Amino acid sequence: MIRVALLVAAKDLRVELRSRVLLWQVVPFGAMALLLSGLALGPARAGHSGAAPGLFFLVMLFVTLLTVARSRAIDARAGTRDSIATLGLDPGGVFLGKTVALTVELWVTGALLLAGTVVVLHANLAGTLAASGNVAVTLAALAAAGVLHGALSGPGDGSATLLPLLSLPAFAPLLIAGERAYSAALGHGALWAWGTISLVALVAYLALGILLYGVLDES
Amino acid sequence: MTKTLLARLLGPLTLALLALTFGLGLWVTPPDQVQGNLVRLVYVHPALAWVALYVSFGTATIASVLYLWRRTRSATLDRIGACAMEVSVVFIALTLITGSLWGRPTWGVWWAWDARLTSTAILGVFALAYLALRRALDDDETRARRSAVFAIIAAINVPIIHFSVLWWKTLHQGATVFTANRTLLIHGSQAWTLLVSFVAFTLSFVWLLRARYRLEVTRDQSRQRDFNEALAQRRREGARP
Repeated sequence: MIRVALLVAAKDLRVELRSRVLLWQVVPFGAMALLLSGLALGPARAGHSGAAPGLFFLVMLFVTLLTVARSRAIDARAGTRDSIATLGLDPGGVFLGKTVALTVELWVTGALLLAGTVVVLHANLAGTLAASGNVAVTLAALAAAGVLHGALSGPGDGSATLLPLLSLPAFAPLLIAGERAYSAALGHGALWAWGTISLVALVAYLALGILLYGVLDES
Repeated sequence: MTKTLLARLLGPLTLALLALTFGLGLWVTPPDQVQGNLVRLVYVHPALAWVALYVSFGTATIASVLYLWRRTRSATLDRIGACAMEVSVVFIALTLITGSLWGRPTWGVWWAWDARLTSTAILGVFALAYLALRRALDDDETRARRSAVFAIIAAINVPIIHFSVLWWKTLHQGATVFTANRTLLIHGSQAWTLLVSFVAFTLSFVWLLRARYRLEVTRDQSRQRDFNEALAQRRREGARP
């Protein structure tokens, strides 16, 4: 399973590296969404707002939706699904590989947007660095949930509208846990308690994905 | 014969028990020392939440797990899962509405960002998303498989809702009927009314589920009949010289 996961992750990341969609479309979208969040708060409040952690995770949630849709689009290309079916790859490994690739993409985007949060929303740098480990775990959990819900929404015409509807309820607890942990790191409470929720969610989604991804791809 | 009689009695019995719940709750039980007449909502709200979270969502989850298990996979289980989830949407909505009606005079707001309330609302969105997923897919088997997986994912939320009042500091009260060490919290006519309401709303779930299931079977039969008729017509057209 690990070998298949590494193969799939390498394939997805290679496609991303060649197409540069993450660099030229997803990261600018995230930066723009962060700026718009600051504007929505108003210039007077954006600079010293306790809303920075929540806005960061809200933007990352939209970024996750974009990257999941992108990952599904790669798989929907003619011949890709047939090739995977013909190779007889372990579905659990495919799920794990796609999750690893998406996690790496989210980590790259997340690192850039965290820097943006410090600069634009004036989040404390030391607190942000202290929260980075928990942010990484939450983004990995978002990736696992995203890959699973991406498979649920399927490759059809309706998947573009179905994906947000299916995944947003699952993302909501992660948004809350991530925001609370980041706020705690900025000095408003205990970081570990909320960090544990993200970790448990990551393990739960990985287990569910490995078990059920094959069922979803049976068709 | 017995089955038919039970099925026939289910509706009237449910209505009678619901009427008894409202009668006991509104006229027989006394007002609470602290909450006054607001306590009367407690005879409805916990029973609705019981059906929404555990009975209907539990039925949908068990049916989904059994559907995914190859040995027990059948269209009946898929239908039961879908119908239970539909009924669950109604009960989750009623739970949130009655909770909100109680919250306004008690907490001073219709809605609070409380762990129990928020997690229940998220479960409601999960249930709506489940119904949207079923509507979006045409192929019966794909629809059944995907919605079963989604129901299992959504069910993770149920224990979170249950333990939310213990894990976080919440506005929502803790257990209504028993304490953590199984001591009864309410007594006398209040306890009896609550018991009747739990039975009444559980029976109303069974009644609604049965009615919805029968409708689903009729719809499937109608679709199959239409399909067979269309096929026969095509064959007749093809056989013409």
